Amino acid sequence: MSAPTTQQVEPRTPRRTLRGRPELYTDYAKDQALLNTPAKRFWTGLLLLAALVLPWMPFATRAWIGNLTVVLIYAIGGIGLNLVTGFAGQVSLGHAFFVGVGAFSAAFLGGSPGRAAGGLELEMWVWLPLSGLIAMVIGLAVAPLAARVRGLYLAILTLGLVFLGEHIFREWEFITGGFIGRSAPDPIVGGFNLYQRQEIFGVDVTREAIYYTFCLVILVVMALLARNLARSGSGRAFAAVRDRDIAAEVMGVPLLRTKVVAFGVSSFYAGVCGALLTIPFGQITPENFGGLAGLLLSVEFLAVILIGGVATISGSIIGAAFVVLLPRVVEIASQYIPFVGGQGSGAFLTVFQVNGILFGALIVAFLVLEPRGLFGLWLRVRNYWKAWPFSY
Amino acid sequence: MEALIAVLIRGLGVGSTYALLAVGFVIIYRATDVVNFAQPALMILGAYYTSLYVFNVGMPFPVAVIAAMITMAVISALTERIALRPMVGEPPFAAAMVTFGVFVVLFILAFRLIGTNVIVVGDPWGLERIDLFGIRVNQIDLAKIVISMIAIAVVGVFLKRSRVGLAMRATALDQEVALAQGVNVGRMFGLSWAISGALAALSGMLIGTAAGGVTPLVAFVALKALPVIILGGLDSIQGSVYAGLIIGVAESLTRAYSSTYFPWVGSNFDIVVPYAIMILVLMIRPYGLFGTPEVQRV
Repeated sequence: MSAPTTQQVEPRTPRRTLRGRPELYTDYAKDQALLNTPAKRFWTGLLLLAALVLPWMPFATRAWIGNLTVVLIYAIGGIGLNLVTGFAGQVSLGHAFFVGVGAFSAAFLGGSPGRAAGGLELEMWVWLPLSGLIAMVIGLAVAPLAARVRGLYLAILTLGLVFLGEHIFREWEFITGGFIGRSAPDPIVGGFNLYQRQEIFGVDVTREAIYYTFCLVILVVMALLARNLARSGSGRAFAAVRDRDIAAEVMGVPLLRTKVVAFGVSSFYAGVCGALLTIPFGQITPENFGGLAGLLLSVEFLAVILIGGVATISGSIIGAAFVVLLPRVVEIASQYIPFVGGQGSGAFLTVFQVNGILFGALIVAFLVLEPRGLFGLWLRVRNYWKAWPFSY
Repeated sequence: MEALIAVLIRGLGVGSTYALLAVGFVIIYRATDVVNFAQPALMILGAYYTSLYVFNVGMPFPVAVIAAMITMAVISALTERIALRPMVGEPPFAAAMVTFGVFVVLFILAFRLIGTNVIVVGDPWGLERIDLFGIRVNQIDLAKIVISMIAIAVVGVFLKRSRVGLAMRATALDQEVALAQGVNVGRMFGLSWAISGALAALSGMLIGTAAGGVTPLVAFVALKALPVIILGGLDSIQGSVYAGLIIGVAESLTRAYSSTYFPWVGSNFDIVVPYAIMILVLMIRPYGLFGTPEVQRV
């Protein structure tokens, strides 16, 4: 006697039924699909295509491709912070610490031994995931502690990690190279250097274009994984904990485990982000990720998710673009604004200060006016046109 | 033994300035539920005004200190009125970001005023030492302890005994109920900021009396007040006094002895000791030593 099959084969919905009804779902799986509307499928594909061909356009200078690469890497870190802060509601100011752990792990695993520091000279396909895993292990170790405190206590506790991190980065010379730091590892996969001018099928390719494409692939994979996590049982547990942790606990969501998982996954993303960041940085020092610079980096990542959109993956990517490219735009604009100048130019405000003020103002403006961030602005536009010509 | 006591007294001296700063944070937090990240900038400006009144105006030192405290009280009350009052009812995180913005603005102002110079506040103590029960201690450390404790005691008595203090505590307890009882809640917000600004000015003066003087970058010393308020509990004045002293002493002990007894922690471990203590204590008491546990319902 065979058990009755629980999986019934759904009859294909006839095309006639679907025509003109793009949002008609005949089964749950389709409704929950990652790209569940034709518009999403179309635009995601088009954007991906655009991102892929961008470095081959004649107008793309190497400096701008470099900037865009940093956008992609920040997006990975931003997605990580969004998982723990946006989805699970645990405000973390310690993200820079985990990014730093990833960066130094990568430098140790992939770098060559120097004066004081050791190095294993591994290939990138080993050190990239391992850096993420090391950051994740540290995240998992910190998480049970972080799960005990909430709100402002948690924010300042995680801020403490950044300062402790700076101390460790400075003192553990064998791993980090100490005060002066160490140079980035070579991104070699199977003997192929991803950050070197190469000839591929007879075409001369800049190192920026190769690395950009590589980071794009990693971002797409990690964004898909995060999106998938967010719609899974764990993702729903995150949201429940964020919305009301006591209620979630009462309904049987394991509070500690959920927070630990959120911190662990988020740290993994941060670690990968840090490992990838080493290449554009070139030289990594404790000052990049610890102390005040670390605090600023953490605030930048918060800006990524607050400006981009809390608890959305695509928002993290938009936010990363905004946060990374805004200082560049300010730098260019500063040539035309009389009272803004570079460091030491004697102008009323330096570019750095203008950036700080703009970030602060933008974060406050978004928190007050549109807490859903740039993604929320897009939702408004979309809903307006969906309902058009009616106003609601 | 004598060396140990000297180290302890130095620690208490530093710790009492942390306590002073932390009390400022706590008063604002209790009144408005906002962690005031602008406090470090207020501290630096306080030191600047003390120096200005002593050297450019020619006031005697104690008068100059009081004048600087009043100046900073006015500046921070104005800051509250202009930047923070519109944020009432907005998410606390947004208000905290506003204080961060205020910090940036005031910090740029401090850079404009002080420049790259090192300013001294013109204190009468200098580097002199004095005999205390046969132990040579720096006068400055005693001054820090005595002045901070008096200032905190005055604030404590004011909150506990006076009518306005009662109104402030009522505001801290429940803004709407206080409003219904006829308390001018907005004025209480301004007053909290004013007290906090005055305390910041005083601590800026005390930090500036050290041999190093004050540069704008000293503002970041005030970040030490963050682990102090967390350790003591965000809403407890008493807690921030104890926590400030504990952290000051711990820091001073680490600086003096860590290279002898714990060489593996590395040099300059004293800088991060406040954060390490904060994390350790939060493991046992998630709301700090004296903080009120948050009671919540679903």
